[in-house]
Amino acid sequence: MELINQHSKKIMEGCKERARDAGLRFDDQSLEYVVTNRDMLELSPKVMIPTLYDYWVHDVEVLKEKGKYELYPGNPYETVINTRPAISFYNDNNPDWLNVMIFYHVLGHIDFFQNNLFFRHTWDYDLAGQALADKRLIARLRAEKGRWVDYVIEFTRGIDNLVGYYGALSTLEQSKATQESKRCNYFFDLFLQQERKVTPTEYVAEVARYNSFQEKFKSRGEAHFFAEVVKQYPEFEGAYRAYRKNGHQPKLDLIEHLIAHSPFLNRSENEWMKSVMQVVRSTSIYFQPQIRTKIMNEGWASYWHETLFLKDERIRGHEVDFARVHSNVTSIPRVGLNPYALGLRLFQSIEEFEDKGRYSLEFQRLADATERKHYDSHKATGHQLIFDIRENYNDFNFINDFVDQDFVDQHQLFVADRRLDEERMVWQYYVKSRSAEDYRQMLMDSLYHPPTIEIDVRPSGSELSLQHVFEGKPLVRDFIQNTLLGVEFLWGAPVALETHEPAPNSSLPAESRGHDGQGKPVPIQWNKVIYRMEDRQLTRTLV
Amino acid sequence: MKKTTDKQQLLDQLEQQELSPEQRSALERELHGEAIHRPFVPTRQDNTLGPFASLYASNDLQMLQAMSAPQGSYTTHIRTLDELLERDRQREKDGFPRKIQVGRLIKPQQGAGDKVIVVPTTVEEKLIHDNQFSDPESGGGGQGGSGEGDEGEVIGEAPVRPEGQGEGQGAGEGKDAAHEVESSAYDLGRILTEQFELPNLKNKGKKSSLTQYTYELTDRNRGFGQLLDKKATLRRVLETNIALGNVDEDGVKDPSQLLIAPRDKVYRVLSREKDYESQAMVFFVRDYSGSMHGKATELVVSQHVMIYSWLLYQFARRVETRFILHDTEAREVPDFHTYYNMQVAGGTRVMAAYKMVNDIVEQENLARDYNIYVFHGTDGDDWDSRGKETLPELKRMLDYASRVGITIAEHLYGGDRKTQVETYINQSGLLDTHGDLLRLDSMGEDAPEERIIEGIKTLISPS
Repeated sequence: MELINQHSKKIMEGCKERARDAGLRFDDQSLEYVVTNRDMLELSPKVMIPTLYDYWVHDVEVLKEKGKYELYPGNPYETVINTRPAISFYNDNNPDWLNVMIFYHVLGHIDFFQNNLFFRHTWDYDLAGQALADKRLIARLRAEKGRWVDYVIEFTRGIDNLVGYYGALSTLEQSKATQESKRCNYFFDLFLQQERKVTPTEYVAEVARYNSFQEKFKSRGEAHFFAEVVKQYPEFEGAYRAYRKNGHQPKLDLIEHLIAHSPFLNRSENEWMKSVMQVVRSTSIYFQPQIRTKIMNEGWASYWHETLFLKDERIRGHEVDFARVHSNVTSIPRVGLNPYALGLRLFQSIEEFEDKGRYSLEFQRLADATERKHYDSHKATGHQLIFDIRENYNDFNFINDFVDQDFVDQHQLFVADRRLDEERMVWQYYVKSRSAEDYRQMLMDSLYHPPTIEIDVRPSGSELSLQHVFEGKPLVRDFIQNTLLGVEFLWGAPVALETHEPAPNSSLPAESRGHDGQGKPVPIQWNKVIYRMEDRQLTRTLV
Repeated sequence: MKKTTDKQQLLDQLEQQELSPEQRSALERELHGEAIHRPFVPTRQDNTLGPFASLYASNDLQMLQAMSAPQGSYTTHIRTLDELLERDRQREKDGFPRKIQVGRLIKPQQGAGDKVIVVPTTVEEKLIHDNQFSDPESGGGGQGGSGEGDEGEVIGEAPVRPEGQGEGQGAGEGKDAAHEVESSAYDLGRILTEQFELPNLKNKGKKSSLTQYTYELTDRNRGFGQLLDKKATLRRVLETNIALGNVDEDGVKDPSQLLIAPRDKVYRVLSREKDYESQAMVFFVRDYSGSMHGKATELVVSQHVMIYSWLLYQFARRVETRFILHDTEAREVPDFHTYYNMQVAGGTRVMAAYKMVNDIVEQENLARDYNIYVFHGTDGDDWDSRGKETLPELKRMLDYASRVGITIAEHLYGGDRKTQVETYINQSGLLDTHGDLLRLDSMGEDAPEERIIEGIKTLISPS
């Protein structure tokens, strides 16, 4: 890998100045490298981090077809990586005008990495440096422990998609301590919700009661309130004392749980395994936000390369070249999803709608189509709004909040599906729905979403019991065996996993399951099953 | 509907014979149960949508800089296949299942003869959602789209079975994804023979005497070699000494007086003799009916690639192959690529395929010049559920074939019952009477690679 030449670097610095003037915020330093095919071969298995730890699987062709993006959330061919300084990669023969466009795109990404709150946990250190230290640690351990290091890496990677990313984020962004006392916080946050598991109605009733006591007794309100509480929940005081004594236990993800509680890992001869597991875990957490902001990140970068390129006076005369590449990147396909196009259109529409004041009650209440079309309250706050969104949103709430009927209509979007014409053996693609609700649902369904695995913290005996929270999808069955094998190894005792699977007669894809009398597809019947791994033997029992 | 009526008739006929309760219920289940031959439905991850098939399929390097995925192979990482396999053996010793697969991702190349790409692959298993099950109640599904068109309007079509293309179960991102090692099938055959201890073909009478090389001490060499040919050496020594005048007319008086030049020593050397007398014709027959979708097809094609490679090695490339696909009709396809990639649809009649093989052999008079092997892969469903049409064709085939190997990839949802093909072949007794010629192997459609290789051993092992 070589740095780009001085000529290109100078262009990049010019781009930075213009981007800053437009409102983007990022560190002064950045590194740009020219990469060859051979560099890419080495970089792509390591998610473009040159200093990532070595692992033999990186050297083998990995079969990713099934659930490629679920298995590998990190983009293997990313142009810019979120390190400090940010590192970006270039072809060696790009013309200057193209480099200008790419530089703006890259700066859009860097701005996003360094300002979006879902990347908050990556702001305080440089991954490239951290990864190098980890790589050396693993190399040293490998010299001592040999292939066992690779087994630990393998088994930990098997569960590294279950890392507690949101938990890690929330420790960084604790909201400021509220006025209420600790006793009050414990009562409402933990006692009612986790110990008593009250219904939302009951919860709201308790809040109302608390407020009424506050109003009635002013400063003594809380004391009176808890006097009442103890009458209703006699165990409250005891529970609160126990909580004060033990402190609040943060919720651990599976890797953390193994590190903290595994009898096997806590033997002194196995302590070294924990540091390997930590490396795998922290690497995985680092990459979690990328896939959760794909649409926003690409949309934001595309928005800025378009805006800034057209204003840049240095490359006049290349507008047509630019248009060709740009439209290729940001065209909305007739059928399919292009995150660049979708994100760019969303940012542009949001800016336009906000400038016209359309995110207002007044506009929402308008029923007349012509009036809606010409509505403009000259609010002109669109620019501010898209910067706020860039800071506070991820793909899920970006789609949830802003893919509305106006947006869908503006860009003629629809949900496409296909059906089989059996006689001619062709797929017919057709317009399934033009409603924003369906389009939003379709987008949601295509977002990255790893399964949630709960750990039963009160296991029977030494067995580790895991529960897959059912969300209408089974787990990939082929993968259960080896994953649980690894967990059993790290836990040192049997492991059980509870999950749901479709009953045998409904295990076919929806299209081929056939239809019931009313022409509706036959619904799937779900069975609850428990997989149990003991002595490296997997058993499956129907519950 | 015709199908059901036929079957009902068949069932009625069978009613008159004596049926065991198990047979009865199996037939009932087959008739009324879930085993319907559905049209092939590929999963959503198929390649027809290009880079926009998924939100996460596109990336900056490709979109902005037109850089393709890097090309190379495991050899760039200074690892040999043998090293990888050694690591795998060590895993087995440590009590963990093997991780390297050599056969899963082999792709025959189009129009490249026996060229097959071998990619050692592995999977990193994780607990992830299986997206092919979406509950229709939730109203989800579908893809993004844009442009003109009313709800319900058809906006385009794509063939289910694209002729001459399609990536099948293959690796990578399509045609230009050559980030694989190129290796001929011959090498894969060697690996299978050496690393996985597949047997060498045994001599089975004149017809299938298939030793590829014989090592014989037939060649002679002067000066050095493996075995001194005493008679020839003595003759040369005498010739030399006569020329030198050391030998008079009375003969040799004192042999120790003879001069022995180094060039006079004649040795026999070990030489490799190719045996050209045998050659093989292999018929690969694959069920591509609708029920074969998914893993069953994957299993069969990968086993057939391995058998093909192994035979290629065993016969020192003197193998000719024919490829036949069948659903209710049989068709011959020109090359392994098409055979490998053709997608599934339609119903199942095993008879059609066997008949085609028999007809080809007969018309082209192949039995005279070739050792004929037939390998058939199926999920064991057959509309001819008693084998009434199939068995006569199979018997005909056994008259000339050196080996018929049938692999049945049993569906996971099939329950415990034996498949139809397995049942009627077992009942026919052919496996006993023609045990040296006919082999049948059943495995679950999710069988791991070791099991597939084990299956090859069953199919090809000498009687």
